[in-house]
Amino acid sequence: MDLYEYQGRDLFERHGLPVLAGGVATTPEEARAIAERLGGRVVVKAQVKVGGRGKAGGVKLTEGAEETVARATDILGMDIKGHTVHKVMITVTADVAEEYYFSYLLDRANRTFLCIASVAGGMDIEQVAAETPEKVVKAPIDANVGVDAATARRIVTQAGFPAEVTDQAVEIAVDLWQAFVAEDATLVEVNPLAKTAEGGLLLLDAKVSLDENAAFRHPDHEALVDQAAVDPLEQAAKEKDLNYVKLDGEVGIIGNGAGLVMSTLDVVAYAGERHGGVKPANFLDIGGGASAAVMANGLEIVLSDPAVKSVFVNVFGGITACDAVANGIVQALALLEQRGEKVTRPLVVRLDGNNAEAGRAILDGANNPLIQRVDTMDGAAERAAELAAAGV
Amino acid sequence: MAIWLTKDSKVIVQGMTGSEGSKHTRRMLAAGTDIVGGVNPRKAGTTVDFDGAQLPVFANVAEAMRETGANVTVIFVPPQFTKGAVIEAIDAGIPLAVVITEGVPVHDTAAFWAYNVAQGERTRIIGPNCPGIVSPGASNAGIIPADITGAGRIGLVSKSGTLTYQMMYELRDIGFSTCVGIGGDPIIGTTHIDALAAFEDDPDTDAIVMIGEIGGDAEERAAEFIKANVTKPVVGYIAGFTAPPGKTMGHAGAIISGSAGTAEAKKTALEAVGVKVGKTPTETARLMREIMSAG
Repeated sequence: MDLYEYQGRDLFERHGLPVLAGGVATTPEEARAIAERLGGRVVVKAQVKVGGRGKAGGVKLTEGAEETVARATDILGMDIKGHTVHKVMITVTADVAEEYYFSYLLDRANRTFLCIASVAGGMDIEQVAAETPEKVVKAPIDANVGVDAATARRIVTQAGFPAEVTDQAVEIAVDLWQAFVAEDATLVEVNPLAKTAEGGLLLLDAKVSLDENAAFRHPDHEALVDQAAVDPLEQAAKEKDLNYVKLDGEVGIIGNGAGLVMSTLDVVAYAGERHGGVKPANFLDIGGGASAAVMANGLEIVLSDPAVKSVFVNVFGGITACDAVANGIVQALALLEQRGEKVTRPLVVRLDGNNAEAGRAILDGANNPLIQRVDTMDGAAERAAELAAAGV
Repeated sequence: MAIWLTKDSKVIVQGMTGSEGSKHTRRMLAAGTDIVGGVNPRKAGTTVDFDGAQLPVFANVAEAMRETGANVTVIFVPPQFTKGAVIEAIDAGIPLAVVITEGVPVHDTAAFWAYNVAQGERTRIIGPNCPGIVSPGASNAGIIPADITGAGRIGLVSKSGTLTYQMMYELRDIGFSTCVGIGGDPIIGTTHIDALAAFEDDPDTDAIVMIGEIGGDAEERAAEFIKANVTKPVVGYIAGFTAPPGKTMGHAGAIISGSAGTAEAKKTALEAVGVKVGKTPTETARLMREIMSAG
């Protein structure tokens, strides 16, 4: 889960890291209250999970409550690269003398964590690394050793931080590592880490990603989810323990296993190229046990997307037997009817693997005109795309 | 022969008495796996009946190894206990630990992996969040259905569970030496490269199928490895060509971030080193079939 900047700022503050005083507002009136509390010159920043806010006009310096309210009014509701601004963060300003870069992140390739530090901050670090690699220090961090003062000093020195800020930088590096671990983060990035004219270091930006697998030990992370930005169908699916991702297409997809479902999306998209450009409408992995209830829940979610014109149910019976899946599909349609949701859009079903013959016989025996059985994945994708194109 | 798991492997199950653990212990036994016991400190000293097979429960992995000669452990414990279970297996020095558990925090995986490295990598870890490993006709450690395919001379390594099953099914008439599901998490113990190296050295494997998916750069690194080290034919498949950036596709590791991790980049890297990459699982199977029939 990626956090908004203000959530990252709050998280840093909770872990004792030096950040600018500030608050977050969803209305101009809330912005006024924060501006009055902070007093003097403030900066109003659009809260969107995309870069380039400044260029888009989403970051403004203001003086006094009235001007803050005016700029907050401008920025709230603004569209930045397809993201609507629902919140603004307001902080006091800092007199910045120098800008550095500091982050901890997951290093998948080396199966460990990585610290990236540079005195060339304030810019895109990937660009700095590409153009002047000597200005970027990348230090692997042993997960079981972590970052103590000695490790931090080595990194900070190697990155060439000026002598007068070294001690502060070391302290920040240690505290930031502790926050990274304590919060089960997969990324904490500070760009810029600024030296003020007075000589103090401040974390002026916050990019934080948290590991959703660790939610069981962080009940407080739930509150960080931006409910307004969550797709309502994705939310409904989550409540039913289904792994659903909304996409922009016409062919509903239900399958078992993440890899197979991803593959199904591809196969349907290829088929769609031959049928009016229809695309997959969603990712939905119903997991191993495709019971009637799970199948009904899955179908309900997929069919509640009005853009869906046909559904492709793609199941490989591994542990689950295909006859159970077939019964699940037939019962799910009956169950949906009982719930008052008559299904009218066609279902293309492909069953293979464990007990496939029995499963196919059940589908045929159900004599339901909505269910079309196709026995190969590519063929079924073709049929589902064709039906979706006809239904558009 | 096969890689890592053979008919002589003696397997224990950590979490054997839990619901998933007991279900799959029964299935592994039915597949002919030589399961010699389980581990649960609270039930140590008891035995569990699996359709007539009496399996002893031990207090820890070290004791189980001492008493039974076990050399493989399959781990089914819940995510919050997985790190502890893997570290216990590493401490006991067991040669192979297959971690089935899904939803392990990545800090925990990073910690047990770092611990394994610090101990000199005496333990090969497969997973977490993986379907396990099967050498058809010989042994099955994990949740891969054992009856999809028989023994043969194709090696298979995959990030995905059901795609593994699909590929085994498509090529079931040819058969497999070993199929390894390495899992779709951001940090995993055994990589594509480890499996490619083992298959290259395995006299009973003639060709290799490699299944990847979006996220990370494991496939790109595998391509470099293939160029330098693999002489056997390799066929590839990548899932997620149409996945949008920034959306996690089921597996924690399956996410395109920025320009990194796209299926197209992986396909290009593999094709550049002579790997034939199929557009669909069926086409991938056909490419492998052509290689095997050309002999």
